[in-house]
Amino acid sequence: MGELAAFTILAAVTLLPAVVVVTSRNLVRAAMSLIPSFLGVTGLFVLLQAEFVAGIQILIYAGAIAVLILFVIMLTQGGTGTAVRQTNEQRVVGALAAAALTTALLALLLRTAWPLAAGALPRANVAAVGSAFLTTFVLAFEISSVVLLVSLVGALVIARREQ
Amino acid sequence: MSWVGEIFKATLAAVAVFTFLAVVAAMLGVYLERKISGWIQSRLGPKHVGPQGIMQTMADTVKLLQKENIVPANADAITFTVAPLLAAVAGLLAWIIIPFGPLFGRIIVVRDINIGLLFFIAMASLIVIAILLGGWSSNNKYALLGGFRSASQMISYEIPLALAVLVPVMLAGTLSTVGIVEAQRGGWLGIGNWFIFGLPGNRWLLIPGVLAFLVFLTAATAEVNRVPFDLPEAESELVAGYFSEYTGMRFALFQLGEYAEAFAMAALTTVLFLGGWHGPLLPGVVWFFIKLFALVFVLMWVRWTYPRLRLDQLLHLSWKGLVPLGFLLVLVTGWLLV
Repeated sequence: MGELAAFTILAAVTLLPAVVVVTSRNLVRAAMSLIPSFLGVTGLFVLLQAEFVAGIQILIYAGAIAVLILFVIMLTQGGTGTAVRQTNEQRVVGALAAAALTTALLALLLRTAWPLAAGALPRANVAAVGSAFLTTFVLAFEISSVVLLVSLVGALVIARREQ
Repeated sequence: MSWVGEIFKATLAAVAVFTFLAVVAAMLGVYLERKISGWIQSRLGPKHVGPQGIMQTMADTVKLLQKENIVPANADAITFTVAPLLAAVAGLLAWIIIPFGPLFGRIIVVRDINIGLLFFIAMASLIVIAILLGGWSSNNKYALLGGFRSASQMISYEIPLALAVLVPVMLAGTLSTVGIVEAQRGGWLGIGNWFIFGLPGNRWLLIPGVLAFLVFLTAATAEVNRVPFDLPEAESELVAGYFSEYTGMRFALFQLGEYAEAFAMAALTTVLFLGGWHGPLLPGVVWFFIKLFALVFVLMWVRWTYPRLRLDQLLHLSWKGLVPLGFLLVLVTGWLLV
């Protein structure tokens, strides 16, 4: 009962701002609405007992990515964010694509047999994530850090050239 | 326990933390700030309301509550209203994981969660949004510049802050704040095992311990926008920075958030490096508050000792000084521990 109530509230917190993100005429407001949406997703992660992912979700998405988006919009739009339209003339095509994706996802969701038996969670979630990164998934972990490093250096090179 | 009971408990805890912050962090903080700055500048500070002016902040709060709440004509009204609330709530939530010490056989902490420190840093990063939105929605160039400066500064200093936090986390092997304090129990007079002095079996860790303490304190000062890192609200160039347009209680909420965050940083420094509630003779809670207020005093002392940095000096200090040092400390700590 409590879990259902929590899920309903969190789903509303995630989805209502998401509607504002795609409909608002003001770009800054759209970017700002991402933040409650991200926080709602954080709540869903907590509900699934994935505390580490929840913490990272706030830190990276709400604390860094949303700030970055806001920063860019405020700098490029002269601080107002109202000069650009969010939609263009391709509304019908867009709606068709969205409907097709929804149908495909719904069909997939309804056909999958979801396992309901919950496995035992490790007591120390964070330690388990850490050791999995450095043992089983070490290759993926290292490759993603190299990708991040390359994008960091790339950003620096582009910024230098503009000087 | 049923979920209704849990919600009731959470509401009570929120009211308790908010009252504690409003009284201890904001009211006492403002009073101490004015008294200590007066003392350093050979003045008396507030003197008239109550004995030694101790009721001055109370009178100021009543004054702020009565003031008219002005929203500028071209401001974005919703954002303008939400921003100070976000600042205050994020400052408040950071206190959830701070353990005050044992009292009546149990440890006083709102929630000892196993991602404690991660949660704290995440809450600190939410304050950036509040300041950025407050600055933007005011529709004022000084406020916007203050918001921008603050965002670039706080994002830059979050990284050394997180790196410095990693050193005690590696020493204790946990992200839980209570776990970190428990790992510093015992030793000579109850202070020998503080993480600033390394580990009992491995005194070489004293070097990364002390350095991480300094990096953390510097980054924390910058993170809460205090002098010498107060460029977001530099009075002489930006009027008052991001809260130029705020009046009355909304202005007070920004102040509350700022003081709550500053006190929370001092409390976290106590937990991470100075052994939390551990100390000789006196009860644990008393020790915790002694250490907390000693660090708050250091923050205020620094404020009246150093001039404000320029923006480029500020960013150089973070990216060319503290960030490489932080990485080195993590590496050295790992090497010494293995």
